[in-house]
Amino acid sequence: MADYINLFIKAAFVENLALTFFLGMCTFLAVSKRIETAIGLGLAVIAVQVITVPVNHLIYQFLLKPGALSWAGLPEVDLSFLGLVSYIGVIAALVQILEMTLDKHFPKLYNALGIFLPLITVNCAILGGTLFMVERQYNLAESTVFGLGSGFGWAVALIALAGIREKLRYSDVPDGLQGLGITFIIVGLMSLGFMGFSGIQL
Amino acid sequence: MSETKSILLDPLVDKNPILLQVLGVCSALAVTTSLLPSLLMCAAMTTVAMFSGAAISAIREHIPNNIRIIVQMTIIASLVIVVDQTLKAYAFETSKQLSVFVGLIITNCIILGRAEAFAMKNPVGASFLDGLGNGLGYSAVLIVVAASRELFGAGTLLGYEVLPLTSNGGWYEANGMMLLPPSAFFIIGLLIWAVRSARPKQVEKPDFQIHEVHRTEVL
Repeated sequence: MADYINLFIKAAFVENLALTFFLGMCTFLAVSKRIETAIGLGLAVIAVQVITVPVNHLIYQFLLKPGALSWAGLPEVDLSFLGLVSYIGVIAALVQILEMTLDKHFPKLYNALGIFLPLITVNCAILGGTLFMVERQYNLAESTVFGLGSGFGWAVALIALAGIREKLRYSDVPDGLQGLGITFIIVGLMSLGFMGFSGIQL
Repeated sequence: MSETKSILLDPLVDKNPILLQVLGVCSALAVTTSLLPSLLMCAAMTTVAMFSGAAISAIREHIPNNIRIIVQMTIIASLVIVVDQTLKAYAFETSKQLSVFVGLIITNCIILGRAEAFAMKNPVGASFLDGLGNGLGYSAVLIVVAASRELFGAGTLLGYEVLPLTSNGGWYEANGMMLLPPSAFFIIGLLIWAVRSARPKQVEKPDFQIHEVHRTEVL
């Protein structure tokens, strides 16, 4: 159990996808102007991440990795080069399914998330989570925890940045730094702050 | 001719995809701690941008509009697989350093953005050049960031010693923070400041402005 909590803390804070691996930056910078939208997108990313990482884990385990097809009587086949195409396909399909399910059963939540759901397909944090899972060879339980942790960490960073940017509206920023420039510097400072988490273990 | 030139050169400074359009910073900053992997990453990225532009533009008349994103993704993903396999075959050590980031070229917003905005509407040759231009604009930023991080963080460029470190008997005290993630954000922030000071047209309007009270209003 402690292992899983450790993995969660590591994925969420120590190795925060946005602030230490620069993943999902485009949406991170574009959608952090208001706290409400940031919360919506953050929740959507957590949901998608918790589903896609374990599903991609199963695909890698039972279809793609060297020798994975031995259950079908093809032990020599190595399909790992098809990884990238399959993962992105799975992500796109799952986002689509999630969108349709939410639309049918939770229309309120669906309206709150709005345009952000389809955008998640091209969010590098999602594909990045899957690729890290493959590279670090997590098992099924670990990949679920990793998906939850990394999505949670990304959401926390996004909401915190949105909060800071709302406060910053009335500040007198130098012309050249207005908008994008100052945001990068804030993210840099946040990333310094998150480095304080490194080394935390239970 | 001048049109071709502007397709190729505009993305370098005037319409730089990273500095102006906030696209594609995602996948690559993590490899900028030293110059060599960044150069390889730039090459990979530019190749994918060129050929995905050309390929998508070649079949743009035949892509049904409502599934175009999936078609574009598949083309981009296949090209990235080719690049990834080539790197694994010929530059195995560096490709290990690039870790997951070559794969993440798929979700790089520059490539999909250019596919949507340019390749779907323009002929093959122009799309190819547009990919090249945007790839180079991206590379320019990446190389500046990587060069300053390696130079000030480790005193070397491409592994050759430029600033002799105190630990090796030289005079330069390495700035360890340059090798940590936050420095990449600071460098890009400052770079944006520099470019926008030189090109004031790119400055964004603030959402709110401090209201300047004129003396007559107070009365």
